[in-house]
Amino acid sequence: MRVKPKKSRIEKHHIEDFIGRSYMSFCVLLLIVIIISMVYFVASKGLSTFFSGNVSVADFLFGRKWAPEADTPLYGALPFISGSFLVTLLAALIASPLSICAALFMTEIVPGWGKKLLQPVIELLAGIPSVVYGFIGLSVIVPFLRNTLPGQGIGVAAGALVLSVMILPTITSVAADALASLPQNLKESSFALGATRWQTISRVIIPTTFPAIMTGIVLGMARAFGEALAVQMVIGNAPFVPKSLFESASTLTSVITLSMGNTTMNSPHNNALWSMALVLMVMTFVFVFLVRLLERRNKI
Amino acid sequence: MKPRTVDKIATSLIVFFALIIVAILVGLLGYIMFRGLSHISWDFLTSAPQKIRAGGGVGPQLFNSIFLLVLTLIITVPLGLGAGIFMAEYARPGKLTGFIRLIVEVLSSFPSIVVGLFGLLLIVNYFNLGFSLISGALALTVFNLPLMVRITEQAFRSVPKQQKEAGFALGLSKWKIVTSVLLPVALPTIITGTILSAGRVFGEAAALMFTAGMSSPRLDFTNWNPLSPSSPLNPFRPAETLAVHIWKVNSEGLAPDAAQIAAGASAVLVITVLIFNLAARFFGRLIYRKLTASKTMN
Repeated sequence: MRVKPKKSRIEKHHIEDFIGRSYMSFCVLLLIVIIISMVYFVASKGLSTFFSGNVSVADFLFGRKWAPEADTPLYGALPFISGSFLVTLLAALIASPLSICAALFMTEIVPGWGKKLLQPVIELLAGIPSVVYGFIGLSVIVPFLRNTLPGQGIGVAAGALVLSVMILPTITSVAADALASLPQNLKESSFALGATRWQTISRVIIPTTFPAIMTGIVLGMARAFGEALAVQMVIGNAPFVPKSLFESASTLTSVITLSMGNTTMNSPHNNALWSMALVLMVMTFVFVFLVRLLERRNKI
Repeated sequence: MKPRTVDKIATSLIVFFALIIVAILVGLLGYIMFRGLSHISWDFLTSAPQKIRAGGGVGPQLFNSIFLLVLTLIITVPLGLGAGIFMAEYARPGKLTGFIRLIVEVLSSFPSIVVGLFGLLLIVNYFNLGFSLISGALALTVFNLPLMVRITEQAFRSVPKQQKEAGFALGLSKWKIVTSVLLPVALPTIITGTILSAGRVFGEAAALMFTAGMSSPRLDFTNWNPLSPSSPLNPFRPAETLAVHIWKVNSEGLAPDAAQIAAGASAVLVITVLIFNLAARFFGRLIYRKLTASKTMN
């Protein structure tokens, strides 16, 4: 019998392995390139306000007057920054208790059909596009506020209400996951001591899952802070620091949406808008940092 | 107060608040359908919008949304699969892996408007692609890619370890195991996740205002040459999607029936997202059954 000549050392599966590995490395490299270029481009545009223009960082962040078209233009972004923070905090205040109750309902009160009922509800709420939320806000919440409360209906309250519905699914799903992953014996020992369900929930379950619930709330706030169109449609877009909840105001995102198309590239006005985009970007990093911090605490 | 009474009150409050959420969803969907369904007709779905007069439709916008979705998925699915498989199977725990994970997390939490602005700066102006479908698709890639990575990674991680070990025991190469052992098992989860992310892409507006543009040229649906400017298939033409159209009609619509158009278009958008949701479940189950010969999905 003839002996087959020995094959070369590089076999077919080596080549396959190599191609697969290079392709995956390319994909991962692309992610790194995307994020670096994003940070670089937005930062270089956003910082030009402070480098080339004669606007100081303090003037931009704490200036109360926004008058880019005036003879002596003023670029105080405080009205927008405060508007963004106000609607975000209000939305979190409204949505958090509702979400936590929903999560408790799914995992503690009726674990069987509660989950079957609420899971699809949460998924659908998360799936509804933001412009549809804006449309509903404009055609339901704004007229309702106008008829029942002082003011025009459009304003901070309407924005916060719309946002609170939008962030409900985020908080609920994170909180429900945390509650579901809680060790069973923790609850059982509490019941064995004779505690009622509410005592168990309020003194055992909530304190142990608190960091995880906070993670959900921070994620929801991150979403609310960056949401653009739904808020823009209902908040009224007046460039003032709001004095009451029923007054028209603006957020960073709403003013970018409205003005970006109407300004020319590289004008000071346009650059100021990019600085706001930079603020949004920095806030995203802050939210991600907070989430990481909370997750570290969450490891039991 | 007795602890038992407190417990009863607290329980009923929790149930009440949970049911409020259900009521919100039912109210939302009911309102959208009630307002919008009566306005949806074949004519509304196919005709072009009117600027000043009443009676415009959303035909080009609907087509743009679907076309943009297809373009985005063509770009993001292979890239997301690659990076996701790397994260699940190849990455060793360490500084670099931690950094990539952080990138995925940060990218997926960037506000969509920042993604849109980045697209405006880099894709539209710097690469000079202009307001076009391809710019929109590339911006949505930034938006959808981290999601795809996460979906793929989770799907691969949920594959039982024994499957991989069996492959190694047979002497298969790692790439062979990934493509012919793990991928088929992970595929149903990946497909479900992809369809759900498609729903998000379909409804996205803020990132597209600055990349795909806010206008649609006059489209000639008999012209199938992808290079002609009036062809619907040309990826280098500006394209207003359905979601952007809803926003535009609501904020600066001049047509007397703007509210009805917005209602109708919202209903179309929500129904499509509902279809995506149902399709995700259906296909996930179908493929799982096909590939694994088991009756139920875990």
